[in-house]
Amino acid sequence: MTTLHRVSLTINGKIYEAEVEARITLADFIRHVCGLTGTHVGCEHGVCGACTIQLDGRAVRSCTIYAVQADGVFLKTVEGLQGSDGSLHPVQQAFSDCDGLQCGFCTPGMQMTIAAFLEENPSPTEREVRELISGNICRCTGYQGIVRAALQAAQAIRESKTHGRP
Amino acid sequence: MGGRNIGAAVSRLEDARMISGRGQYVDDIRLPGTLAAAFLRSPEAHARISALDLTRALSIPGVVAAYTLADLGPQAQQRMLQAYPHPAIKTDITQYPLAKDEVCFVGEPIAVVIAENRYIAEDGVQAIALELDSLPCVIDAREALKPGAPSVQLTYESNLAATLHWKFGDIQAAFSQADHVFDETYFQHRGSPQFMECRGVLAQTEPGTGRLTVWSATQSPFLVRRFLAAYLDREESSIRVLAPDVGGGFGPKAVHYAEELVVALVAQKIGRPVKWIEDRRENFVATNQQRDQWWQVSAACTRDGKILGIRALCIHDNGAYLPYGLLLPNTSIVPFPGPYSIAAIDVQLQAALTNAVPSTPIRGAGRPNAIFVIERTIDTIARELGLDRVALRRRNFVTKEQFPYKTGAHFSSGVPVEYDSGDYHATLDMALTASRFSEFEDRRRRALQEGKWRGLGIASYNEDSGLPPYEGATVKVLPTGRILVEVGSCAQGQGLETIVAQIAADSFGVSPHQILVRTGDTELSARALSTVGSRVAAMVGPSVRIAAEQVREKVLAFAAREFEAAASDLELHDGRVSIKGVPGRHLGLGDISRRLVANVNALVPEGFTPGLEATAYHTTRQPVFSNGTNICEVEVDIETGEVTLLDYWVSHDCGTILNPRLVDGQIIGGVVHGIGNALFEHMKYDRETGQPLCSNLGEYLLPLATEMPRFHINHMESPSPINPLGVKGAGEGGTIPGIACVISAVEDALKPLGVKINEYPISPERLLALIDEKRAS
Amino acid sequence: MVTVLPDAKLLAGGQSLGPMLNFRYLMPENIIDLNHVEDLQGIQQDQDNTIHIGSMTRQYQIQKDPLLTKELPILSDALQWVGHYATRNRGTLGGSLAHLDPAAELPGICALLDAELSVQSKLGVRRISIHDWPKGFMQADLNENEILTSISLRPWPEPHGACFLELSRRHGDFAIAGVACLISLDDNDRVRRFAASVIGVANCPVRLRQAEKSLPGERYSESLAIALSQEINLLEAPADAHHSGDFRKRTAKTLLQRAIQQACADAAKKRSLT
Repeated sequence: MTTLHRVSLTINGKIYEAEVEARITLADFIRHVCGLTGTHVGCEHGVCGACTIQLDGRAVRSCTIYAVQADGVFLKTVEGLQGSDGSLHPVQQAFSDCDGLQCGFCTPGMQMTIAAFLEENPSPTEREVRELISGNICRCTGYQGIVRAALQAAQAIRESKTHGRP
Repeated sequence: MGGRNIGAAVSRLEDARMISGRGQYVDDIRLPGTLAAAFLRSPEAHARISALDLTRALSIPGVVAAYTLADLGPQAQQRMLQAYPHPAIKTDITQYPLAKDEVCFVGEPIAVVIAENRYIAEDGVQAIALELDSLPCVIDAREALKPGAPSVQLTYESNLAATLHWKFGDIQAAFSQADHVFDETYFQHRGSPQFMECRGVLAQTEPGTGRLTVWSATQSPFLVRRFLAAYLDREESSIRVLAPDVGGGFGPKAVHYAEELVVALVAQKIGRPVKWIEDRRENFVATNQQRDQWWQVSAACTRDGKILGIRALCIHDNGAYLPYGLLLPNTSIVPFPGPYSIAAIDVQLQAALTNAVPSTPIRGAGRPNAIFVIERTIDTIARELGLDRVALRRRNFVTKEQFPYKTGAHFSSGVPVEYDSGDYHATLDMALTASRFSEFEDRRRRALQEGKWRGLGIASYNEDSGLPPYEGATVKVLPTGRILVEVGSCAQGQGLETIVAQIAADSFGVSPHQILVRTGDTELSARALSTVGSRVAAMVGPSVRIAAEQVREKVLAFAAREFEAAASDLELHDGRVSIKGVPGRHLGLGDISRRLVANVNALVPEGFTPGLEATAYHTTRQPVFSNGTNICEVEVDIETGEVTLLDYWVSHDCGTILNPRLVDGQIIGGVVHGIGNALFEHMKYDRETGQPLCSNLGEYLLPLATEMPRFHINHMESPSPINPLGVKGAGEGGTIPGIACVISAVEDALKPLGVKINEYPISPERLLALIDEKRAS
Repeated sequence: MVTVLPDAKLLAGGQSLGPMLNFRYLMPENIIDLNHVEDLQGIQQDQDNTIHIGSMTRQYQIQKDPLLTKELPILSDALQWVGHYATRNRGTLGGSLAHLDPAAELPGICALLDAELSVQSKLGVRRISIHDWPKGFMQADLNENEILTSISLRPWPEPHGACFLELSRRHGDFAIAGVACLISLDDNDRVRRFAASVIGVANCPVRLRQAEKSLPGERYSESLAIALSQEINLLEAPADAHHSGDFRKRTAKTLLQRAIQQACADAAKKRSLT
């Protein structure tokens, strides 16, 4: 009989509780136990970045973390990126404005990575953005639109801060 | 036939759900009671199955069922149907849905385990007792064709799947008249598609009716339905296949796979929904690839570089089976002569079986391979005769005045190959100007002063796109006044919903974002074939236009009758019909729709058929030809072999541009596939054991953001006379010349050393070896 | 726990172990998660200037730490090449050392700085030099019932130049080869002290002892750098399906030549700042 472990964590401000086997990845927990399918699984070996979410504020691969390790943590997934009033996060708006997506599969992981990065690096250079997203594989766009989106989002966030908007 | 939204940079309808994580890919579809499937796959490249015991697997708690081929029932005991029969196929070999007694490539599915979740299903797979008697295998297609080579398939002694021949003109005359003949050999390798969403299929049968519904990450829902109906011996109308949001296709998702059949069969047997999601490691051995080709090429030309004829022999690795007929190898030869006016062509291709994953088209199919040969031939002639490679292209291009240009070749249908429109010299000039080509030697000199070796590559191409015969669309005005467009076609990121909405919007004077779009569902009345060969814009687009105009005509005819005016005096704007210059009188689309849908005892106006919708097909007998020139600037570190991509210029003509943002996205994405093929992607196999040497994304190198050049795109529009919108394909035009362009740039960087690069992918280690070889000699 | 649970693997950042578990290459009965053991995290400096880094300190923390940026800048230089932003948020120094991939950057830096590793078990604490740490291909001197707890590094007290160079196919990939150098110069531009560590050319990081003895007393010259790099020829570099051993060594030699030049230039700059 496989041991089940009780896990209680918060995703996008909501508490989820379940009993799971130790081997269940956090990505599978988020998708199949919590029903939040916006986080995608691309490789299960931590290379493609499609599964990137924010754990206690930091961008991480959810495929190489086990659900049992996430007991008590605060997660943000792509579903929680927009404001509570439904307004898009500057990164999301920028992705649409700048043609940062085609098939959309890498998009949640890309957005979560960029959004986390911009919180600690508000004025990145293009090179810094490219190095950042070198950990996220896109097979459709060739990255040019994604880089533009990250830079546009950075500017939008800086401007909203200087104008005192929340 | 233009329109306000044709050519407009409309933002995508698809974005809203995808940026919010509300896309619905096949693994996101949740049906109560769904079971998970996992496949046992052959660990050997060629073997006989001597023992296969599922008992231990079935005893694992949570495992619901497990099947071998024999367990799947009488319908499954036949080989998969040939998707594209072809008279030249000598060895028409397709897989059994699960292996019968012989496995012919690492990854071939042998058994399937069905369990409460994927973790347990994989436990089940590990518990299956499998014994194999190893058989000799062959991986190198050249070895496979040598006499005495081990048989890839025990059923067939010969590993030659087919010989194809593409020729026109008098090749003997060309070579006897030539001042020069140049012989070169090339190695080409295209790799693995590596879409970010792996394959997947979910199947469910309805209790009672037994209707089968299948969601598949496919590019061809209608073809999948056709095959399933044939296998399962049921009416197509009892099967519904849907392509949900699909995370990249690039060709290999257009093929009908064993897993689709097995999952459907199992769902039928068990009576619960069954879902199989391919994982990434599995993808390396379960999804079709496009691997090796060896070319021997002979080019005959005059002393001033006019090409009189090209002869070539290609040996092509088609993998262990032929699920897709000869479609792929055919696309390696049919593109000759490319954008050039060449009087004689004689290209032969031998498609060989090998004990590796089957080969089917990946973005561009064989076209990048053909264009690579043609473009490298131009560069060879330039180098050997000391002629300018740009001048040589100009000399040999089809000229503007020659359109529509018959190349001299004929398709197997008998239809002559005809380039519909274009101006190849103009696209070339556009790229030369954009890249400041004439200043390059200065840039090279200055870089060399800092110890950096710069090169400039150039490649031109044309592409048969918008492949016949048809695609369809239904346009409906709903009683609410909303417009709904349904197309059987589907997309994997190309923005199909958006261009469909743009085209329809023009007929009704509304904004594209007000249009509702449904795609990729065999329940829809408008039939489709497949999203391949850059045919979506060129085929689906016109069908939407035709259907929308039919509905518009009906709207105006109805309003004309209402207003007692002439249809030509009416205008349709913002969802309402009004009389030009007469404010105050209008009729809403919803009103018209409701009147035509009517009710019991409410009459449909005389002369009108009920409803406000139309289904239309765009049919064509010939493809339309896009073209372009790519130029790439690189820097090579000759001590480490590292290549840095600096800038990449694309000049592109895909006829009428529907949405420049989408076209640019397709171009850049396509070029990056070419860059991947040129420098990074190598789906290596161990030649002795047949084991794949790449089974994860750390070993198989996909292009990342840090290694990409700056992209610069310029457009020309030579509308096609073949379809009402003048549209040509844009999805593969980046990949088709991309490989030749990058390779030619790297070779140009090493020009002072005289290094020739006749292969791809090229790695730093290999570049150093070529440099060493040249220095030693 | 380590002593009590049978068939247990220690889980640090999960960036190496996670994929192996997901691929079912390893199927241990038990996993011991070190991620909440606070004692294993943290960065401090002793009075003798030795820096101690807890084994579970995240790579991103090491990269950002102001003390490390000041005292051991080569560590954050190397970390730019270690995986990617998201993997550095989980990956740990200890995890990288225990995993001991031949091409890994962090073991290379530890070798450069003569790190000392502390290992704890029920029997007490063992201190091991980084040079004795590798026992074989991806095998560290870490027994079944032991945990690597901290890593101690002594920065060079004198002003010195540093250079880390790596060649990989793409940003963030495992190194084909990599070189880390530290150089200090006297007032006449002669090398006073030189340390060089190479990764990717053997089962574990290699210190170029001969070069380290020959360079001091000399002034930098390209031909001298080339001569010193020949020491790499003596190594038995591993080959795999993707790169030959010879190519790794050739790459390492080129990188070493460039790193020596850049470290000398950096040393001259640092010297003029004091």
